[in-house]
This record gives sequence, C-alpha cells and structure tokens, in this order.
Amino acid sequence: MRWRRTTIARVAAEPLDQSRIAWLMAVAACALVPHGAHLPGWLIAVAALLFTWRLAQWKLGWPGASGLVKLLVVVACCAGVSLTFGRLFGREPGVALLTLMLVLKLHELRSTRDGHTVVLLGYFMLLTAFLYSQTPAMAAALGVSMTVITAALIALTGPPASPRALMRHAAWLMAQALPFMLVLFVLFPRVPGPLWGLPLDAWSGTSGLSDSMSPGSISQLSLSGAIAFRVRFEGDAPPARDLYWRGPVLSTFDGRTWRQGDSARRIGDRVPHPVPGRALGYEVTLEPHNRNWLFALETVSTLPAGVRVSDDWQLSARDGVRTRRRDRFESVLGARPGIEEWSAHLDAARQLPPDGNPRARQLAQTLRAASPADTVAAGLRLFRREAFVYTLTPPLLGEDGIDAFLFDTRRGFCEHYAGAFVFLMRAAGLPARVVTGYQGGERNEVDDYVVVRQSDAHAWAEVWLEGEGWRRVDPTAAILPSRIERGLADLPAGEPVPFVARVDLGWLRALRHQWEAANNSWNQWVLSYDQQKQRELLSRLGMAQPDWRLMTIWLASLCALFALALTLWAMRRSVSVDALARAWAAVDRALRPAGLGREAWEGPLDYAARIGRLRPDLVPVLAQACRLYADARYGAAPPAAAARELKACARALRRQRTPPHR
Amino acid sequence: MSDPRAVVDAASTLILGKRSRLELALTCLIAGGHLLIEDVPGTGKTTLAHVMARLLGLDFRRVQFTSDLLPADILGVSVFERETGAFRFHPGPVFTQVLLADEVNRATPRTQSALLEAMEEHQVSVEGETRPLPEPFFVIATQNPASQIGTYPLPESQLDRFMMRITMGYPDPAAERALLTGRDRRSLLADLAPVADAATLSAWRTQAEGIHVSDALIDYVQALIAYTRTGGAYRLGLSPRAGLALLAAARARALLAARSHVLPEDVQAVLPAVALHRLPMLEQPASHEEAARHLLQAVALPV
Repeated sequence: MRWRRTTIARVAAEPLDQSRIAWLMAVAACALVPHGAHLPGWLIAVAALLFTWRLAQWKLGWPGASGLVKLLVVVACCAGVSLTFGRLFGREPGVALLTLMLVLKLHELRSTRDGHTVVLLGYFMLLTAFLYSQTPAMAAALGVSMTVITAALIALTGPPASPRALMRHAAWLMAQALPFMLVLFVLFPRVPGPLWGLPLDAWSGTSGLSDSMSPGSISQLSLSGAIAFRVRFEGDAPPARDLYWRGPVLSTFDGRTWRQGDSARRIGDRVPHPVPGRALGYEVTLEPHNRNWLFALETVSTLPAGVRVSDDWQLSARDGVRTRRRDRFESVLGARPGIEEWSAHLDAARQLPPDGNPRARQLAQTLRAASPADTVAAGLRLFRREAFVYTLTPPLLGEDGIDAFLFDTRRGFCEHYAGAFVFLMRAAGLPARVVTGYQGGERNEVDDYVVVRQSDAHAWAEVWLEGEGWRRVDPTAAILPSRIERGLADLPAGEPVPFVARVDLGWLRALRHQWEAANNSWNQWVLSYDQQKQRELLSRLGMAQPDWRLMTIWLASLCALFALALTLWAMRRSVSVDALARAWAAVDRALRPAGLGREAWEGPLDYAARIGRLRPDLVPVLAQACRLYADARYGAAPPAAAARELKACARALRRQRTPPHR
Repeated sequence: MSDPRAVVDAASTLILGKRSRLELALTCLIAGGHLLIEDVPGTGKTTLAHVMARLLGLDFRRVQFTSDLLPADILGVSVFERETGAFRFHPGPVFTQVLLADEVNRATPRTQSALLEAMEEHQVSVEGETRPLPEPFFVIATQNPASQIGTYPLPESQLDRFMMRITMGYPDPAAERALLTGRDRRSLLADLAPVADAATLSAWRTQAEGIHVSDALIDYVQALIAYTRTGGAYRLGLSPRAGLALLAAARARALLAARSHVLPEDVQAVLPAVALHRLPMLEQPASHEEAARHLLQAVALPV
C-alpha cells in the first residue's frame, strides 16, 4: 500500500512533456468553444488572449506568465465578472469564472497532477454547456469534445501514442460506455419533477406572450421563428382557421396598453361552466417561456391535473413554465362559454379610460345598431370597407393611438385591429375584451405534430352578446383572411416575416420538417423523459407494473450482462489476436494424442527435426508446417496467409497421426 | 563474399569432430565478442584459437599467462632511448587482431584486469596515454577448470565481458582415431590458407546486424532473461549486456545458418555458451550440459 501511494505520488509529480501540454491545450479549446455563444465578449477576448499567449509560449518559446500577472488577471476578471453579472454566484458568473480558471490553469502546467486538473475542469465545463443548450446538435458537439478530453486523459496517464491512436482509444472507450448509458437512462428510477432546478436566470431571454399588449408587442414577437409549442391531436387535426390557442385575456385599457383584469385573477381548478359538444383530445408540449400560462384550443372542456383556469378561460400552471411541459387537454371547438356571465366581469369589459381617442368614440356611436350582433357586424364591415393594410411594420402611433390608427395611418398588425375593435365595441356599449394567444400552426408531415411558432402569435377580440355568451370576433380575418388560413406566409415581400414562416421553397420546408421532427423526438424522448414517459415505455416493453425494485433488478442485471459481454469479448479478442498462434496450437493438438506434441520450450525447426526422427512419414507436412510458422512468427512472412496454410497442415497431420501399418 | 560456413568447413579438417564448437567460436567472432575456451589441458583449445585467426586472415599473438606476468608484459612499456633522449612506447602483444590469452586464470587479478580493460574498450591506457587497438580485436582466452591448482578464477564481472564460453570436450572415438593416425596438427596448421580477411569479417558482422528479429523473438529473449533473474535458480541473473550479447550471437548464428531472421533455435544454440558462465547457480549442476538443459527447458516459447 505504501508502495502504491508513493508510486502514485511520483507519477502525479512527473513533469509534463510537450505532447501532453498540446493535448491539454486541446482540452481547454474543446471545453470552451461550446460556451462561446453566451459568454460576455470581454471574457472571450481575455480567454483567447491567455490561450494564444500559452500557444506562443509553447510554439515560439515566449516567456510564461509570472505569478503576479496571473494574480492580477484573476483579480481583474473576478471584478469584471462581478460587474457584468452583478454577483459572483449563479450560473452565468460561475461559468465565466470556470472559463477563466481553465485558461489560467494552462499557464501553470508543471506536473501530471496539473494535467489531471485541466482534464477534470474540461469535463465539468462540458457539463455546464448543457445548462444553456440541450439540442441534439449541442449533444453531438459535446460528444466530440468529450472524446478529445478522454484522449487527453489517456495521453496523460498512458504510454506515448500517436494522436490518432489516442482518439481511437478514447472513441472506443466511449462506445463501450454507451450501453451502460442507455440502460441507466431508460431504467434509472425517475423522480417526478426535475432532479435539480435550473437557476431562475436560466430563461431570462426566452420570448413569449406577455401579460399586457401595447402596439408593437405582438408584431415584435412575430419576428421570431422559435417554436412556442407542439401539439399532437388524437385523430385528425382541425383546419388551421379553427386553431385559436387561447392565452392571456386582456380586459383593462388605459388608453395605450391593454392589461389583464379582475376576471383573470379569479382562478379555479375547474372550468367555470360546463362546455357541451364533441370534445377533441390533444397533447400540448409547451416550450419554456418563464410565465405560468398555458395554451389550449378554445374552448377547453376538461382540465388535466395541475392546470388551473381563470374566469375568463385562461389556463395557467402554478409556477412559471421553466422546463418543457406536456399536458393533455380536451376542447370543444366553436363553443361560446359565458352565457351567464357575472355582471362585475361584464362591467369590467365595458371599461374605458375617461377621455382620449375622441374620434373613435364618435365613430362608435355611428356603429350602434338595433341589436348587439348588428353592432358587431357593423364594426367588422368598417374594417373591411376602409383601406386598412395588414403589416408587420406599422408606423409609430402617438397620443390617441386608436384614433391615429383608425383615421390616419390605417396600417397595423393584429394587436392594432383587436385593440381598436374592442375599443369601438366598448365605446358602443358592448362588453368586449382582447384575447392574445396563437393562431394556426403548421402540420409536420414527418411526425404528425402541429408546430406553433412565436410567429403565429395573434390577438383577437371577444364580444359578449346577450343570450349567446362570449363570441370570438377576429378583425384581422376581416382584413386579411389568409392570415388565418395560412399564417404570415402571404404577407407581401419586404415584410420581415421570419424565414421559417415562409412556405415557398418546398424542399427546404421538407428538410426543416425532418429536422424539427428529429428535434421533437429528442425533446419528447430524451429531454422530457420523465416518470410518466418511463412508465409508458416500460409498459410497452412488457413491464406492466414497474416498481423501483423491479427496475433496480433490471438495471443491475443488464449492467452486469453488458460488463460480462464486454469482458468475454475482450478475452476472446486477446485469444484471437493471433490467428497464427491458434493455427500453430491446432498443429500441436493434431499430434499430441499420438505422443508427438511439441515441448513448450522447443523451437519449430527443432520440433520438426525431432519428430522427423521419430516418424519419418510425417516429415513432408510437419516440416512445411514448422517452416510456415517460423517464417511468419519470426520472419517477415504475412501471418494471415500462413495461418490458413497452417490450418490445412494441421488437418492433414490429424489424419496422418496414427502410424501406417507396416 | 565468401560464405562463413567455409571457415567452419576448413577448420573441421583440422579440428576433428568439433563442428558445433567451431560454429560457436565463429559465431562469437562474427558477433564481435571475445571467446573464453575452458577445458583441461591438451584438448585443442590453443589450436582452435590458432585455426580461427589463420582462417580469418587476422594477426595473431599469443601470451602465456603465468602468476608472475605483469600488465606491462601485455600492454607494452615506454623505454628511455639514449639516442633520441626520449621515451618510446614499445607496444605489447595486445596490439594485434587476435590475442590468445593462454591459461588466463593463472595470472594475478591485476594482470587479468589489464587485459579486460582492453577487451571492453578496444583501447589501452598506458602511462596516461590512450592508444587504440587494431580493428577487429578479439581475445580468445583459454582457462583450465577452476578446480585446478594455482589458478585465480575470473570474477563474474570479468566473465561477463566474454561473449561466450565454450568447452572443448574429448573427441569422440572416430575423431580421436583420425587424430592419432593423421599428420601433426602443427604442420597442418602451417599449410592452412585463409578463407576470409578482416574486411570480410566486418561485412559478415554488418550483415548479421541487419538480420530481422521479430517481436516474438524479443519476447522469448526477455522471458529467458526474466527467468534467470526471478526464477530462483541463480545467484545472479543475466545482465543487460548479456541480453545484448545473446541477441547479437543469435543473429550471427542465423547468418551462419543462411537465414534472414532469427529463430528461437538460434537463441537456444548460443544460449549455453553465452549465458552459463555469467550465471552462478545456487546448486552446482553436475555438468555444463545439465545446466544448459535446465535453463533451456525452464522457459517456454511465447506464442
């Protein structure tokens, strides 16, 4: 034991040679590149500078960094990190500091122990990259980086070898770990909820609908092609024009911004009123957006556990959605809830600021008709009749924005139309409110999911009609019906429609569908592999009631099985390394039963000579066999061919081993 | 270039029935090693050395070692010359290509070590001046078995410098009969014509060094060395120098067998001669043959 300790200590203190230093620099590069996308620019510059310096020290013999320089860099960078992020703890500053330490460690590579530190830091940096991105592309890139780092670890501890051989060795090690990884991934008991929480700042940059709407907020969102959620329908997907994904409902207006009202704050665990009609079931996989609302088709009839609903039929989770979540909903399309609406909510839905937008108020008086339904129709006619233009880049509106939009600019996006329409209806005395959410969605033929993007963000209006309930009115549909049928694709060229929302370029679209389907499977089966998915998969594999004990047994036995298989394979391999040796052993086996076996120490030619004296009849074949073996084993003859011929000799000798009758 | 086997053929006409010894001696010389011949007096040790030197066309000097022989008697001495008024170096018998050190174990250790320095370094230092010896330079030493009276046995460190030790042994009856009825060996020796020269010997040596040694063979050599060090039969294992000597001798043997690669048989053929004099056994074996068999059969060929 004492010997072991001293040996380990000696190896750890061994100085590093040039090739190992090169490997360690590769480790740092591989570990840092995946972080390039999110580190602050100045830190990338510092890291690149320190790395280049180290490279110059290695290649050009520059002087190394002195202790004082290193200390100054550490202090300056810690101050910089603290200034940039406002703190020294948390995900962002933590990764920034790790980056700095890894690059600085390159400047004090004295012994193998330092090398091990770099390698371990490298592995850890790879892990932290998953805190930022978990896409398949990132996983593949990190897999490559991991192979390089493992190769460096082998270079650090093993005998010198070519980079190629080390990479092959590392890749082979990773391949051997693969079955264990799969078994552990599939069978390791999952706890409900994530094992560890991501820090709250993890989703700070995530885009999505907000709880208020002012001119420009949704058109801004529509510039993003990012996926908001994916839907899998049980049965055929309804046409796009029926897909209104309800989000935040806004019923308070201050003259410029629409906000959520009291009705949004009254939240329960059951739908406010039963919704009659044929329910359509579907599953929504929502991307994290850091807010707690959920999206479902109008109008939801049954709620899954853990989902709550407000009086204005807006769904929400208890906490902000910070990880991808999956819910199954049922909705009745075309239902009109709220025939018996609470009068306080109706009053709130008539609220207008005391003054402002005088022209619009005046216009509203002209829209008043005999019945509320006619008033609604008149409002829609107004938008259809006048020359309104639907555009993603509307002009800026000042004071009295609704007046300016309705009478002057007449160019706007859905939020302008919905806002102006609700304003008009309220001014005409009807309870009305703005509903934001998403409209439409694109069916991916590859995996049959309907994909809804941020560019599908939409705003529409709801008007309460006596005896009918809340009726959905979409003024945008009146201006540009194709927006509802086909999304933003038909907006004229020049509009900043996100690239993915354009539908021309058929092959590109097909390619994108493939890619997104692959991403979706990754999300569904790898990233969102939770307790429920695990049960689903295991029951499909025939484990009807998987409890943790059964799973542990399976886990242990499969791992043991893999280990056994690998061991057997390695043993078989070491034997079969040498086909020549096997063939030579076959020759020995052929003659041994006749007492003519080779002595362990006997050389092939001596053996042939000895047996030749005992059994001259065997000489031709045996002498040839021994010469073949000697030439291939000790000479330059190709062993594979010799092994084949040797096998033939062995067969011949087996036939001849019983002495001929005299 | 002539075939080294011609040397063996020619030598066998004179030294009868000792072909394997002659092959070993030639192997040793091709491998550039010094040879120690050990046996009782009158078995043809000196004749062997003579024959080898003559057939290889090398200068030959002989020194009879006695208990009063001094280092200067071998290496040479500086003598003051009255005419020139300066010292002049008179080279000793060591300045030759083949030096026969007859009965090397009769000299005192001091004289022995003077010779051994010359063997190892191929140079001598006399009176502070280093003088190179001719190339090639071989020492063929003969010694009586250590049990004889009035000998100073060579210590292990000095035995290690001889690549091979061979024994002559008595001739078999047929050879003895031919010896008794044939001409005088001395006169036969005088008639012997050289088969090769120093340049040829050097070429053979280069050729031998180029002979292929496979990994499997190195494995075998290593296994042999490891056995002598850890097998428990020897007081002292083979030195790295012994390992190198073994491989060099095996290569020369393969050249003699006209083979392009070394076989375990080559190693085994030279092993007793190369290894046994460096391997003091814990239990004294009955004979050299017994010791050789023990070492050979203790180590299996790696496959």
